[in-house]
Amino acid sequence: MTAVPITSAPVVYKPSDYRSDLKPIWCPGCGDFGVLAAIQQALAAAQINPKDLAVVSGIGCSSRLPGFLQTYGLHTVHGRALPAAIGLKTARPDLTVMAVGGDGDFFSIGLGHLPHAARRDLDITVVVMDNAIYGLTKGQTSPTSPRGHVTKSTPYGQSAQPLHPLAIVLASGASFVARGFSSQPKQLAELIKAGLAHRGFAFIHVLSPCVTFYDTYKLYKELVYNLPDTHDPSDLDAAMHYAVESERLPLGIFYRRPPLEPLPRPTPKPFDTQAYLNRFRA
Amino acid sequence: MIQKEDVVIRVAGESGDGSSATGEMLAQAAARSGLHVFTFRTTPAEIKGGPVMFQVRASNSPVRSMGDAVDVLFAFNREAWDLHHADMAPNAVLLYDPEEFDLPAEFTGIAYPAPIGQIAQAAGNRRGKNVAALGVVAALFGLGLNKLEDIVRAKLGKKADLLESNLAALRAGIEYAHQLAKRDPFWMESTGEHDRYVMTGNQAIVAGALHAGVEFFAGYPITPASDIMEGMAAMLPQIGGGYLQAEDEIASIMACIGASYGGKRAMTATSGPGLSLMSEAIGYASMTEIPVVIVDAQRGGPSTGLPTKMEQSDLNIALHGGHGDSPRIVLAPASVAECFHLTVWAFNLAEQYQTPVIVLSDYSLSFRTETVEPFDLSKYPRIDRLRPNGELAAKQYRRYELTANLVSPMVAPGVAYAQYTATGLEHNEFGNPDYTPANHAIMTEKRWGKLAPLQHSREYVRRFGAERAKVGLICWGTTAGPCRGAVYLAGQEDLPVAMLQVQMLSPLPVDAINEFLEQVEIVLVPEVNFQGQFAKLLQAELGIKVRSMTKYTGMPFSRLEILRQIHALHGLAEPVLA
Repeated sequence: MTAVPITSAPVVYKPSDYRSDLKPIWCPGCGDFGVLAAIQQALAAAQINPKDLAVVSGIGCSSRLPGFLQTYGLHTVHGRALPAAIGLKTARPDLTVMAVGGDGDFFSIGLGHLPHAARRDLDITVVVMDNAIYGLTKGQTSPTSPRGHVTKSTPYGQSAQPLHPLAIVLASGASFVARGFSSQPKQLAELIKAGLAHRGFAFIHVLSPCVTFYDTYKLYKELVYNLPDTHDPSDLDAAMHYAVESERLPLGIFYRRPPLEPLPRPTPKPFDTQAYLNRFRA
Repeated sequence: MIQKEDVVIRVAGESGDGSSATGEMLAQAAARSGLHVFTFRTTPAEIKGGPVMFQVRASNSPVRSMGDAVDVLFAFNREAWDLHHADMAPNAVLLYDPEEFDLPAEFTGIAYPAPIGQIAQAAGNRRGKNVAALGVVAALFGLGLNKLEDIVRAKLGKKADLLESNLAALRAGIEYAHQLAKRDPFWMESTGEHDRYVMTGNQAIVAGALHAGVEFFAGYPITPASDIMEGMAAMLPQIGGGYLQAEDEIASIMACIGASYGGKRAMTATSGPGLSLMSEAIGYASMTEIPVVIVDAQRGGPSTGLPTKMEQSDLNIALHGGHGDSPRIVLAPASVAECFHLTVWAFNLAEQYQTPVIVLSDYSLSFRTETVEPFDLSKYPRIDRLRPNGELAAKQYRRYELTANLVSPMVAPGVAYAQYTATGLEHNEFGNPDYTPANHAIMTEKRWGKLAPLQHSREYVRRFGAERAKVGLICWGTTAGPCRGAVYLAGQEDLPVAMLQVQMLSPLPVDAINEFLEQVEIVLVPEVNFQGQFAKLLQAELGIKVRSMTKYTGMPFSRLEILRQIHALHGLAEPVLA
């Protein structure tokens, strides 16, 4: 991430400066509107120059988000936002890189990439909009849907249990783990801002309901609560305890530790082809 | 009668018994002494145990294939004899270890016992058996006899304690051979010193990528491509590049696409199973017009197949793998030198045309050691992707602008006013999603049309043999080696044969191929796969009838096999090799 001071910079970019001219394709009332607004708020708070930001996504309703931002975007194939973001960040450490998408992208088809992204601990801010349903394909069950969930693809009820995304990333070594709710955009913007400021892998799980195929607004409003002030985000055990909680849904920063220090590497020198080829002289 | 100008020595044994090391050191010594060498090896797919063989073909003339039959077989054990004696030429020599097995009664040719374990033991260390074998074989047949100590020193480098006993074993091996009464005609000695490289195909691909300015590599271990990744892992941090061992091949190519979107020259290397996994991402790179280089070191398939054998059976997936109409460039080197050459051009073409480029190597080429003439580096310019010219106005940047040659200016993030989203959805000139019928037609034509000029290129074909001939060979990849050998042997018999090696399989250089078709009556297409994938491609693209010649044993063609078919097409008797 570019070294932009978070608090003392003069305000050059307003939240609206990060919006593109494209009209979101989301249904009216979709939670993703709140997430988009919170991302814009967080970017403006961090005063990140839109030209130095790249937002990478996969496939799904929420993965269309990069197109709605006036920043660089890479709208990839289903499930593959994280490896593309890792390649981009490795090649261009000067850029601020975000990866965004939904529960299908990050917890189903692309789940295999998530622990590896977490354990690499690169400076990437991940925002997963979890609606516990496949919206773009019109209403099939997802890996975070509850057991017994009746959908078009599970007419007799989903037999599997939902997975715990935050527990997966915690177990994999993520250095920043948080959860927000699209209906609480102010708190969500704060969490994303903190994720952007974090120099390692920042994972922000967002409850972002689908009004059309699985309307959980009422349910989530009943279940969510803020992590207590007494919670110590450096306490991995405590973070894990909250991460597997399913009766209620805690919000806030679950876990935060300093990112990994890079290992020593040789001092780069320009490549000299002839010198290299001389190794192979007969 | 065709006169041989080379010698083929095969050292065979059990994985771990040192036989492969003997062959490797022999090849190195021969190359260092100034001979042209061409090696071929087979290894078991298992970690430990199983039969192995390492073959060295050496000559004072350039060698381009593994050779026809074995002139000297060094059998470290009975199984090596059982497996390889059928490949011996009629007058071939057998070397065998009498501690391991008795001279087989059915063998009536010239045989020399070589108790290499005993020789090494007497010299101080039984484990110097492979070095004793090296001494025996070099003293009997030449091949870099004067370079052996250098090679052993280089091999043992840091293990000074082993060096003395190994050098003693080497000298004992040489001495033992000198006491034998030499009764065979095989002797191959360099006629001069030369400045050449000794490299494998994988090493040449790494060198080519580095020369081309690779800035990012991501890969996943797979035989026979892993040492391309290892070469990159060692070198990229030294030159400030990015490197990643990814969690799978999908992640590998997606990371490359991310890096290339970021403006860096990116490459991955894999084999068939990995290429299968990359198919969707290759379509994405094609759609978003993001340059990326993918090396596929082919091995026997389908599925896990034959991980340690060669095959040319990934042509179809390289050309067509993935859904939708997704253009890409496909190149195929035939030799170690071409691995360097075409890897450099793979990067340049990827950048110039903003498209994925697949380089089809194969197992035999990955691990083959060849002598290579030094590259003229001035002939390898660096071509970069087109970037916008001058200052940009806000919201005016058209990433997929329909320019005259259909290649559009591509920015990397960090440029003001040029922010755009690269999407795999069909998109308009600005990169915004647009599924209207007219737009899809225009953009499909753009993606294919920008590559169309390559069909008229003459840069990616090589023409050998007679100007006009009854039989013309059209081939690709490593089969070009034995094809050139067959053309050479036919020339010795005053039998004119024409040959066209196609280095670019997509887009197919149709002008050059059509011109060749005018010069021959019968087109013979040898390739190492069951379906005749290239023959079918030629028939489909050019509307012609060709004769497909396929081999699907996991082994490359020999030049004699191809010459035999050429003879048959001429109604001639079987060729006979002196």
